[in-house]
Amino acid sequence: MSNETMQMERDFDFEIVMGLEVHVELHTKSKIFCGCTTEFGGDQNTHVCPVCLGLPGVLPVLNKQVVDYAMKAGLALNCEIAEFSKFDRKNYFYPDLPKAYQVSQYDLPIAKDGYLDIEVGGNPKRIGITRVHMEEDAGKLVHGGAANLAGAEYSLADYNRTGVPLIEIVSEPDIRSIEEAVAYLERLKSILEYTEVSDCKMEQGSLRCDANVSLRPWGQKEFGTKAELKNMNSFKALQRALEYEVERQAEILREGGKILQETRMWDEAKGMTISLRSKEEAHDYRYFPEPDLVPLVISREWVDRVKATLPEMPHIRKERLVHSYGLPAYDAGIITGSKAMADYFDSACKAFGVDTPAGVEVADDKAKERAKQISNYMMGELTRLLNASEFGYSNSPVTPENLVGLLQLLEAGTISTKIAKTVFEDMFASGKPAKAIVEEKGLVQISDEGAIASIVRDILTANPSVVADFKAGKEKAMGFLVGQAMKATKGKANPGLVNKLLKEELEKM
Amino acid sequence: MKLYTKKAHELHDLLVNKEISAAELVRAQAERIEAAEPKVQAFITRTFDDAMAQAAKVDAKIAAGEAIGPLEGIPMALKDNMCTDGVRTTCASKILHNFVPPYDATVVTKLKEAGAILMGKCNMDEFAMGSSTENSRFFATRNPWDIERVPGGSSGGSAAAVAAGQAVFTLGSDTGGSIRQPAAFCGVVGMKPTYGAVSRFGLVAFASSLDQIGPFTRDVRDNARVMNAIAGYDLKDSTSAPVDYPDYEALLGQSVKGWRVGLPKEYFGEGIGPEVKAVIEKAVKVLEGLGAEIGECSLPHTEYALPVYYLIAPAEASSNLARYDGVRYGYRSEEAPDLNTMFKKTRAEGFGEEVKRRIMLGTYALSSGYYDAYYLKAQKVRTLIKGDFDQAFEKFDVLLSPTSPTVAFKFGDRTDNPLQMYLSDICTLSVNLAGIPALNINAGFANGLPVGLQLMGKAFDEAKLLQLAYAYEQATGCHSQTPDLGV
Repeated sequence: MSNETMQMERDFDFEIVMGLEVHVELHTKSKIFCGCTTEFGGDQNTHVCPVCLGLPGVLPVLNKQVVDYAMKAGLALNCEIAEFSKFDRKNYFYPDLPKAYQVSQYDLPIAKDGYLDIEVGGNPKRIGITRVHMEEDAGKLVHGGAANLAGAEYSLADYNRTGVPLIEIVSEPDIRSIEEAVAYLERLKSILEYTEVSDCKMEQGSLRCDANVSLRPWGQKEFGTKAELKNMNSFKALQRALEYEVERQAEILREGGKILQETRMWDEAKGMTISLRSKEEAHDYRYFPEPDLVPLVISREWVDRVKATLPEMPHIRKERLVHSYGLPAYDAGIITGSKAMADYFDSACKAFGVDTPAGVEVADDKAKERAKQISNYMMGELTRLLNASEFGYSNSPVTPENLVGLLQLLEAGTISTKIAKTVFEDMFASGKPAKAIVEEKGLVQISDEGAIASIVRDILTANPSVVADFKAGKEKAMGFLVGQAMKATKGKANPGLVNKLLKEELEKM
Repeated sequence: MKLYTKKAHELHDLLVNKEISAAELVRAQAERIEAAEPKVQAFITRTFDDAMAQAAKVDAKIAAGEAIGPLEGIPMALKDNMCTDGVRTTCASKILHNFVPPYDATVVTKLKEAGAILMGKCNMDEFAMGSSTENSRFFATRNPWDIERVPGGSSGGSAAAVAAGQAVFTLGSDTGGSIRQPAAFCGVVGMKPTYGAVSRFGLVAFASSLDQIGPFTRDVRDNARVMNAIAGYDLKDSTSAPVDYPDYEALLGQSVKGWRVGLPKEYFGEGIGPEVKAVIEKAVKVLEGLGAEIGECSLPHTEYALPVYYLIAPAEASSNLARYDGVRYGYRSEEAPDLNTMFKKTRAEGFGEEVKRRIMLGTYALSSGYYDAYYLKAQKVRTLIKGDFDQAFEKFDVLLSPTSPTVAFKFGDRTDNPLQMYLSDICTLSVNLAGIPALNINAGFANGLPVGLQLMGKAFDEAKLLQLAYAYEQATGCHSQTPDLGV
């Protein structure tokens, strides 16, 4: 912890202790115990079969892909993979749970004892991962006449999501600030995207976060009483909910009160956490081993096979971009923050002839310059346009190859930087390559000295008073004359040439 | 020709030789069901129209000169806890009184592929919980040998239907004796296969780690024949065993000379009725005469089987039966102002007393703070019970005991005392806990009522049980007697 952070936290009268429980939908083709599709959306109750509807007599059959993915996530989070694990039933009544029990893993999860490294304000920190376990998702209720079940006139159940595979990732109570919590979730999301086990779309509920929050006086060893927060559906919601909850608990403690152990729900609209149930009202889930499934035995070979499919992880990739391309750490951090963005960068580098094998070679200066060009365009224009559209880096209308096409035109001096910006917007809207747009619209930069000289002379003749001003030492007059030349060529004149020729002609006068 | 007393293998020959048609057979079977039903009450649902349509297909096949399978055209019935696509499956419960599954259980698919013809669904104790079929929420089934008496349970309808000639064979399910005990009471052959030998997919679960489906037949050959059709690995059941399954029928008829048959002394002690003991001892002599070597053995943890069973089975049941909440299908209480009341009233009204008793037992056993003392401990003792059998089978090929301590009892005799009712299964529970196969055959009669003999074998040793039973049957002709219903 830096002095600055320590100071900041010391300013607050309690130490914050947090752990996060993150549920991630695995991006398998079919559900965890049946062959139904996991696709999001679809008409209500169309992605269902007797098995995921829990009809009398059905039995689950474990989807091996789910095991692969859970293992992959566990390995990416530096966990030990259990040779022997099993499924258990978590029993409770709710209309979105058709069997009235959720098949989950209780005491023998597939992965445990891992960690994840984060950085807050330039300071590294390691957060422990307690466990990663597999389970099935529940369905969705749609309430008529009210937002919640309580008060609704009627409720409808949609079981499309029932049986979609989930992993639950439980962190140690190692998180000490809201910034760390957000950094942890961001890093976790990034790693899971890298492993491609989930699309991690918080807005579609494929990544959901609960938090255990408690406070204690500085220097106290024992944890304070915790509250479990649920229903935070975005990074912003997580941040706001934690801010609210930390302040709520601090106020109680300051007044000498006691924190109740309870489950609280974040109400986005009201901007506050609301008590859902106390410890006394907590469910007794009556966990017991699922007798319809046999224990899961994972061989060393199986683990190795999954390990071999792990991609380069974000922090390694970031180091490579800094080391091989000389990218600033900031740029490399943003680019590798998302696998799709990093893949885009690598593809563009390859198209620009500057790719280097992972961490081995160091690019020459020209290649570094090109890589920086790519990075600048991505972090500026491309990200801006993507954010304003429904596209992302994985399906950008401007392909890496097309971006490079534009950069090549710039490098050759065929178009100006200013024109390039317009062309890029066209490329984004139409999906066409830069060259085609430049040719269609006649945007090729005029670098013909004779042509520019004649335009320059015309402008000087037409503006005698400005020329006089210039001669009288008014430097500003020069800017006006350049502007006129660019206007006359619709911005296509090579600005360097315009400057040079103007100066020459003015000297002659 | 009294078709309803015939066995499947005899009827198959009649069909092949064109002495009867499948349509005639099914029609005769339907008539027999109707004639016997006022006395026996074995059926919850009848499917005669579908049966006639199926029979026509079989006849067309025979007319076209095609070969038919060993069960093709044979009328049969199923315990009403096996899902049948488009045919109501109630588990004899109010809570599923109107449930029509959209899919077939694996055993149903297999029997359909074998060409067997479904005549209807048989009565049972609600959710297979009981030993007399008195716990059916619809009506009680009567024992064809004495209609004042129970047919046993929980597969009482399936057992009675075979004894009364209302089906050539039926399927039942056995969680703690629910095939063997009614088979004993009704004097028919009933097999509880090894756990994992017959797919449970589509069997409405009572206790998942104990449930097994098996056949009721009028003789051992038929039982082997039906086992051939239903046993086997099933991808849809993760607890199904991927092993080689033999042709059980082809293995019948071999000599049992030198086979070592063990008599576990705990199964011949107190509580076994003298009339039962006498018949069993006589049966042992018959096997000795066939060359079997008889010896005594011990299964020392037998006394714990009942408490262990009544922790594990209810615990699993409490979870398996939780899905009946009135939300999606089945009975729903209409007088519910809110969700929790709907759950409570639906279940309070939809389930019968015995089912509720077991759900409460199981919920308690799994509760936080009690799990280790009850459920976990029970699982450990279960391992010891299994160990007893492993040891016994080091010395013996097959173990032999009475199937039930008594012959069929009278209606109402045990309904006031659940514990007395649970003791009906004292000879059969351990087999389910150990996951091994066991078979009931009729050993003989006591006061005109059948006495059941239980043969127990190593896991996947069904063939041995059938062979020994076949030898006994051939030697005694015990399968040739049928009850006279006067219809």
